[in-house]
Order: sequence, then structure tokens, then C-alpha cells
Amino acid sequence: MMQDIIHQYLRPSKKFPHVWCPGCGDGIVLSAIVRAIHSLGKSKNETVLVSGIGCSSRAPVYVDFPALHGTHGRALAFATGIKMANPELTVVVITGDGDGLAIGGNHFIHACRRNIDITAVVFNNSIYGMTGGQYSPTMKVNDYGATAPYGNIERPFDVCDLASAAGANFVARATAYHAIMLEKFIKMGIAKKGLSIIDVITPCPTLYSFYNKAGKNIDMMESIRDRTITIQKAEQLSDAEKEDKIVVGIFANRDFPEYTGIYSDLMERAKRSVKDEELL
Amino acid sequence: MLFYKLYKDEQGRKVGFLQGNEACLEAALIAGLKFFAGYPITPSSEIAAVAAEKLPMYGGRFIQMEDELSSMAAIVGASMTGKKTMTATSGPGFSLKQENLGYACLNEVPCVIVNVQRGGPSTGLPTQVSQGDVMQAKWGSHGDHPIIALSPSSVQEVVELTIQAFNFAEQYRNPVVLLMDETVAHMREKIVFPLAEETEIINRHHSEVDPQKYKPFDTSFGDIPPFENFGSEYRYFITGLIHDEYGYPTTKPLEVKNLLDRIHRKINDHTQQLSLFEQYQTEDAETLIISYGSPVRSCLGAMEAGRKKGMKIGVLQLKTIWPFNPEIFTKLPSKIKNIYVVELNMGQLILEIERVIKRKVNIQGINKYDGLFISDQEILKYLEQQQGKKS
Repeated sequence: MMQDIIHQYLRPSKKFPHVWCPGCGDGIVLSAIVRAIHSLGKSKNETVLVSGIGCSSRAPVYVDFPALHGTHGRALAFATGIKMANPELTVVVITGDGDGLAIGGNHFIHACRRNIDITAVVFNNSIYGMTGGQYSPTMKVNDYGATAPYGNIERPFDVCDLASAAGANFVARATAYHAIMLEKFIKMGIAKKGLSIIDVITPCPTLYSFYNKAGKNIDMMESIRDRTITIQKAEQLSDAEKEDKIVVGIFANRDFPEYTGIYSDLMERAKRSVKDEELL
Repeated sequence: MLFYKLYKDEQGRKVGFLQGNEACLEAALIAGLKFFAGYPITPSSEIAAVAAEKLPMYGGRFIQMEDELSSMAAIVGASMTGKKTMTATSGPGFSLKQENLGYACLNEVPCVIVNVQRGGPSTGLPTQVSQGDVMQAKWGSHGDHPIIALSPSSVQEVVELTIQAFNFAEQYRNPVVLLMDETVAHMREKIVFPLAEETEIINRHHSEVDPQKYKPFDTSFGDIPPFENFGSEYRYFITGLIHDEYGYPTTKPLEVKNLLDRIHRKINDHTQQLSLFEQYQTEDAETLIISYGSPVRSCLGAMEAGRKKGMKIGVLQLKTIWPFNPEIFTKLPSKIKNIYVVELNMGQLILEIERVIKRKVNIQGINKYDGLFISDQEILKYLEQQQGKKS
């Protein structure tokens, strides 16, 4: 049945295969996005996908929505323009840890601060896959990459802490292993008015594994499963005990006013402030 | 807060005493502007301030983005929903906008980018005039890409060319750069805005094909494919990768070449329609001054003063900078012996002029790049000195 849903959403004109490596988690995440949109009953015409550059950002080419595959890091900026110009649209951003948090880091925090009604799904594999395995801003200290041959010396961002602090209404983390939980969080994020960030831990069995000897997809999936704990469980652990854990759950779920709604109110005030003859 | 007021004249036209930046946004509203995204930068700031105040009155939307990159991205995204969009900046911001300006060229997304030029390079001279971004307007974004750029010399021309910029953007599915300069942006003049019936407003061409058969870059309609809005029943994909007619990424050599050929052909084949220029007293001219933007005013002053002294001077003003139109120069009257190109830079457009004029004629640049405006007296003095050398 899941397959039936997916087949309804594949672009009829697109020639496959896709660009992702065997064992990549990105297809699982895309499938969860499609199921979430489907279960909310959103129209294909009025749901716009926007992505940046990188492995994950290729996702919108395969599914049958209006979609903009933008420039590196700018997905949230393009999406902000789309949502502002037509607030009726449902806008879903697909980005990665490099795209969304490094080159797009400024847009990430400001989209959260504005709390504009967009849902951004961060495909977080802690590595730049498409360019050959460089360390990303979410890579753990001492992990290896093409540009971290002696081990990564930079502390990683916690995507959920960052999004919560910057003001997003809904912030959650799931993994490619926990696909049903992931679908639920994406669904909640899209339904939520305001900015939603869904951080998804997903395996790169090609380049991350090559540099970190993490094994095949099955090994990486099992590792994700074994390291995953809930927010409630994490509260009972010390920082040292949490070091290697993936904490999943809902980090923020609140109702700050949403940007396009505030702007619509502003438009009403602006219209009232002028006499008709002053308008051209 | 607005620092100008509009009145109505006897014919019902809006009139006012406006600076170029204010007039630019007022004209954009006439053209149908519905979305503006920008980032504060001198000397273009007033355009955003007027947009922030006026757009919501007209049912439009304004946003101040976190940087120049994102404001360019936002106007491209907004244009995809069918709205007329614009951003305004100056040199340092124009450098940053190049990334998504290239994206808009490749995906044929109509939008208007105002660059109020100031002295450069780098942070340069934030409050002082320059025309240093003429070549950047053409070549600033990486890869071969088509561009349209217009340059006004007076506040009234700011009105004319801003409306024209939107019309060209919509008609040709291409970004249009309005190359203003600090002088024309901050100069105040009495302005008359045209009535609706006096203004031609062009909107992008929509397709009538079955949504199932729609291709966003369909070549069967000619070189300018019909545009459909995101959010309509036409669902499609666009990408910054080289794409086929469906918008899907391709590396097939023939598809790559056909795409690049077409997006350039759609502009280059319409060079004559896009080429706006004025000639002043060129019929009997022996000396021709060529210029664009605010220095044109000084050129006209020099022409008048020179003619009183018996010098046969004419002026050629280019309103359209890109695409560059060689025909204007190959058709110049044969009496012209000396050509002077006046630019507030170290000599940029003169390179194009030298490239296209094949006959033997003396071509020299009159260049000023010290942050100050060039006066008519400076130009005339230079012309007299040159004449003195020859006689």
C-alpha cells in the first residue's frame, strides 16, 4: 500500500534511475515526506518543494509537485519568496546538513527567527556526499572525512538546539531507521503554522562509511537504531553518556505568531492608512 | 516615512518632486510590482524604504532579507508564483546577487534588479557616484548568460526605464538590470507619472496547452517558452543545472548546446527591439560624445556650450547598455571624425564601441573615477584641448 502511494507521486515524465547510491537513506526520507503530504490531503498543485544543492536536494526532481532545485544553501531563501508571494501554498524545503547549516546557515537561523510557515527537512548525514566526503557542520569531533584526514576538530551544530533557540515553532528529530516516527513528525511540522525543522539522521554508506569504516547500509542502520534514545531518556544521562547517542523526539512545539499572517495584518493596516485618492 | 508628496496635474497625472530612488519604486508600482525583497545598502536604500511603505497599500509584499544572496533568491522564488518582483542594491550587493541572477537567467525567471552604482572596487565609495559596474552587469555571473541592462540619465527617465525594465523582463522571460548611478538616484527633479492609458504594461505569456503536456522550456513556441505559475495546475521542476525541455537535469551535448543557444538567441535576435537610444544634433556633427546614465546631462551641456563656440558636437545617449547594439555605431554619419566616450569609470563600454566601429575614426575615453560627478565644463575643456592639439 505504501508503494501505491509513492507511485501516485512519481513524476510521470521523469526518467529514472535516481542519483542516490544503493543503501542511501535519502529515499526513505523522501518517502516519509510524500506519505506525510498525502496523509494531510494536500493538493499536488499547491504543495511546492524547494531544495538547495547536494545529494538530498535532488529529491524534488522525482516527485510530482511544483519544485525549485535552487542554488547551494539558498533553499529557505527561495522558499521564503514563494511563501511570501503566495501564502496559500504549502512549502516544504528539502536540504542537507552542509546545504542548510553551513553555506545556508544564515538563512536557516533567520527563517526560524521570522517563523514563516515553511517545513524544512534536514537530511543529516554529517558529510558532503556529492563532492566527495568532506566534513560538514554536523560531523562529530574525531570522525573522518576527505578534508578531515586527522579527524574532525570542529564541534558540530545540534540542529534542533539551533532551530529552537532561533525561534522555530516546531522542532523535531527522527532517523531514517525510524521511518514511521519520521513521517509523523513531518506531518506535524507541515500542519503546524510557523517554521518547522525536522532533523533526520540518515546514513551515507558510501562516503561516510569509506572514511569512517562504518560498514554497509545494514551496519549503519543498526548503529543508528542502537544509538537512538528519546528526549526523556536523554534527560537522565550525563553529557558523557549522551556523547554518541541520537536523541529523537519533539524539541519545540509552540505557537509564536507566523510571519505571513502578521504581514497580512500589516497589509490591512497599510490599506486603511491611506485615502483612496492617494493611491495611483 | 515618505519624503515626497504626489499631486495631480490638470490632466490627472501624478506629479511630484522626487529623487531617482523614489521615482524608481513609484514607477515599479505602475508596472505592476507585487513583491520586493532587499537588503540595506547605500545609495539604494530609499527604494526599499518606499517599497516597505507603499507595497502593502497596493496588495503587494515587502521583505527585508538577511543578506543580498537571499533577497535575490526570494524575488526569483516569488516570481515563480506569477508575481512581478524586484530588488535594489549597489555594487557590493550586486556582486553577491550574481549567484542567483545567473539562476534566474538559466531558468528564464522574469525579475528586475536595480543597481545604484557607487565607487568601487570592494566597499569603495559608498556615497559617491560611479559607473563601474557596466561590465559586471553583463559578465558578473559565471558562465555564458543573457542579460538586459538599461541606464537612465534623469529622474524622468528612471520612471520610463523602470517600467520598460519590467516589460522587457516579462516579455523576454529574462532578468533585467536597471543600472542607475548615485547621482541619478539622489537627484530631485519634477516628475510626471504617465496615466494608465499612456503606459503599455506587458505581462508574461501563459500557455494554453494541456497541463499534462506542458514543458516549462518547450521550444515549439519559439525561443521564449510560455510561463506558468507555481501553484497552478501546471506542475513542473526547475533547477540550476543545465536542463532539458522538461526542466530535468541533462548532460547530453546537443541539449546543453540547444539550451544555451536558445536563451542567448531570444535576447540577441531582439537586439533592435531592446535597443533604446537618443541622438542629439548628430546630423551635422563632426565630434560625437557617447554616454549613458547621469553623465549624459553634462554631455548635453557641453554640446550646447561647444556649439555656441562653433564646434559641431552631437551626443549619442545609450539607454540600453545590454544587449549592445552594433548597428547604432555602424550607421553613424560619416562626417564624424572624433568620438569621445564619457564614463564614470576607467573605460568599460568604450571597449565595446571600439570593437564594433570598423571605419577609421578617432575614439577616446573621457573618464572620471574619483567619486565626483563630471561637469559639462570638464568635458568641453577636454574637447577643446584635443582640438587644439590637432590644429
